[in-house]
Amino acid sequence: MQPLIRIARQFDFLAPVVVPILAVLAALAVGAVFLLVLNVDPGVVYAQLLDGAVGNTYSLTQTIGKATPLLLVAIGICIAFRANVLNIGAEGQVIIGGLATAAFALTFRDLPPWLMATLSLVVGFIGGAVWGGIAGALKAWFGVNEILSTIMMNQISVQILIWLLTGPLRDTSADATSANIIQTAELPKAAWLPSIVPQTYFHTGALLAVALAFIAFFFLWRTVAGYRIRAVGANPDAARYAGIDVQRTMVLSMLLSGGLAGLAGSVEVMGVTHRAMQDFSTGYGFSGIVVALFGLLHPIGAIPAALLFGGLLASGTTLQSAGVSAAMVTVLQGLVVIFVVGSSRWTQRTRREIAEPPPRAEPGVVAVQEQELTS
Amino acid sequence: MSAENVPQVVQILAQGVAAATPYLYAGLGEAVGQRSGVYNLGVDGIMLMGAFTAFYTVYTTESLAAAVLFAAIVGALMGLLMAFISVTLRAEQGIGGIGLYIFGLGLSTLLFDKLVSTPLPVNGFPDMPIPVLSDIPIIGPILFDHNLMVYGALLLTPVAWFVLNKTTLGLNIRAVGQNPQAADSLGVNVALVRYLTVTFGGLMAGIAGASLSIALTNIFQHNMTNGIGFIAVALVYFGGWSPLGILFGSLLFSIVTTLQLWLQAFGVQISPSLTNMMPNLATIVALILAVRFYRTSAPLALGRPYKRGEN
Repeated sequence: MQPLIRIARQFDFLAPVVVPILAVLAALAVGAVFLLVLNVDPGVVYAQLLDGAVGNTYSLTQTIGKATPLLLVAIGICIAFRANVLNIGAEGQVIIGGLATAAFALTFRDLPPWLMATLSLVVGFIGGAVWGGIAGALKAWFGVNEILSTIMMNQISVQILIWLLTGPLRDTSADATSANIIQTAELPKAAWLPSIVPQTYFHTGALLAVALAFIAFFFLWRTVAGYRIRAVGANPDAARYAGIDVQRTMVLSMLLSGGLAGLAGSVEVMGVTHRAMQDFSTGYGFSGIVVALFGLLHPIGAIPAALLFGGLLASGTTLQSAGVSAAMVTVLQGLVVIFVVGSSRWTQRTRREIAEPPPRAEPGVVAVQEQELTS
Repeated sequence: MSAENVPQVVQILAQGVAAATPYLYAGLGEAVGQRSGVYNLGVDGIMLMGAFTAFYTVYTTESLAAAVLFAAIVGALMGLLMAFISVTLRAEQGIGGIGLYIFGLGLSTLLFDKLVSTPLPVNGFPDMPIPVLSDIPIIGPILFDHNLMVYGALLLTPVAWFVLNKTTLGLNIRAVGQNPQAADSLGVNVALVRYLTVTFGGLMAGIAGASLSIALTNIFQHNMTNGIGFIAVALVYFGGWSPLGILFGSLLFSIVTTLQLWLQAFGVQISPSLTNMMPNLATIVALILAVRFYRTSAPLALGRPYKRGEN
């Protein structure tokens, strides 16, 4: 056995790639068992999933369209989770961000286009940041479990959405009221994100998301603030001993995480729906968490992960023809999370080895690293 | 609620007691797991699977006993999975639970779409007023005019208290949650205790789901728990990990969830969205209070995987 293990150790660096792929294969296998029990042919379902995601140009653009908000959410999740702040509230932060953008664009309709688009995005970021920051502050200064508080804030944001869409922001145009559709009026054209492929959901928000993934990567591994976030996540006690303000770092991670989720809401509203409506964000929050975990909490890893799960979301709605509802995608997502988290013992050690030293040594930094190595 | 001439306030209070049922089952089960050091955030997903299983069993067989049994079995199996993730694989419990939640949410929706597809009411547990006791004015209709599932939840509270505080098993559970090293050195099988408690917690969450779909509403809908499972987890903190505290918290919360009815009773006009968010706001307040007052009663090893010779 010993020589075999030694040989296997040589390939440890592959774990971050191999383990998520195995997790997806395992999820597909378990999913296939459920489908067989339900007397549905898994081959047909999975072929339909593949076709709906990458079968033709249109489905490809749909996949990228769905991947865009997912990637933004996932980048934010990476930042929060790296500080060991488990932000499950992306769903609510997406909603608040999208709502803030819609409210802003509808209120200041006459701004020049470039200013309108920029400020609409900024407002969405701020909306999500505030919503996430509340949970961050509750954790940092009141010791409130952030998983529970963010889930409660998800529910609250859904109620705020319904309240605004049926009240102050209600679309009063005749067709909407007669059909009893709950939504805002259409945003002014100046606030629309231009499409890259016309008539599809592939819009410039996708480029913004990819750019932000690289910026987040740089931020986490090449700046002092990013280093503090990772130090707090690795060992808060050691980080405190090293002179890092742990509370403020936690709040910062939630502000950024919430802000990026808020931006996902803005981008969806500005690029796809062109208005805020009841279900504009359904699922992006939770799916974004799955994406981030699948990308092993690395912003760059989140890019292929977002495409994979964007494809699943895009093709989920076409599954009916294969005999199951879109909920099959949710089942697969849950299984992927279970398998990725279950196998984290095998990926985490490698991830720690990849972590690099900080750009500028801070007082006490050595202590942090020593702690990290021995723990 | 058989009597017609009961005052409205009493009727709303009675509804509040009934509404506490799913919180109680789920919260008590979760408390036992947390007392042993494992927190399971998949409760909501397990409840959804329990709710669907119970609904579908009644829908196809009309048997209420079989419905509760199958919901309990499905819940226990999902609890077993959570135990495997947290005890054997020693994974991050919070995220593992979230995975379980997403899985339960998806599977219950998928099964409902495939097997039932249209929301239909079923014949759930009938009201069973307790003779004599239910005739007591005010207290009778509030406490003694419910169905079996409601009585079961109320009776479970003292049982859970007794088991946790007065039996060897309870002592072992608390020891494992407080100091697994010490418990291990005294010969307590840490992994076995945690497997038992987390599986039991899942079983209770399954029954909690059944109470929703075949005792309180008699229907199944997509995501019908609407976060009740997460609130139940929060109630464990709020109740200071004690069954009596959880009973108190559940009753308090069910009064908040029936807030809309109270406001209607007093003729107050307010958007339902604002009253709907009250339980969630109250949960956040409850969590803040719990940290202030009960920080010391939290099981010390809560959330920490145990491996002999490591920690």
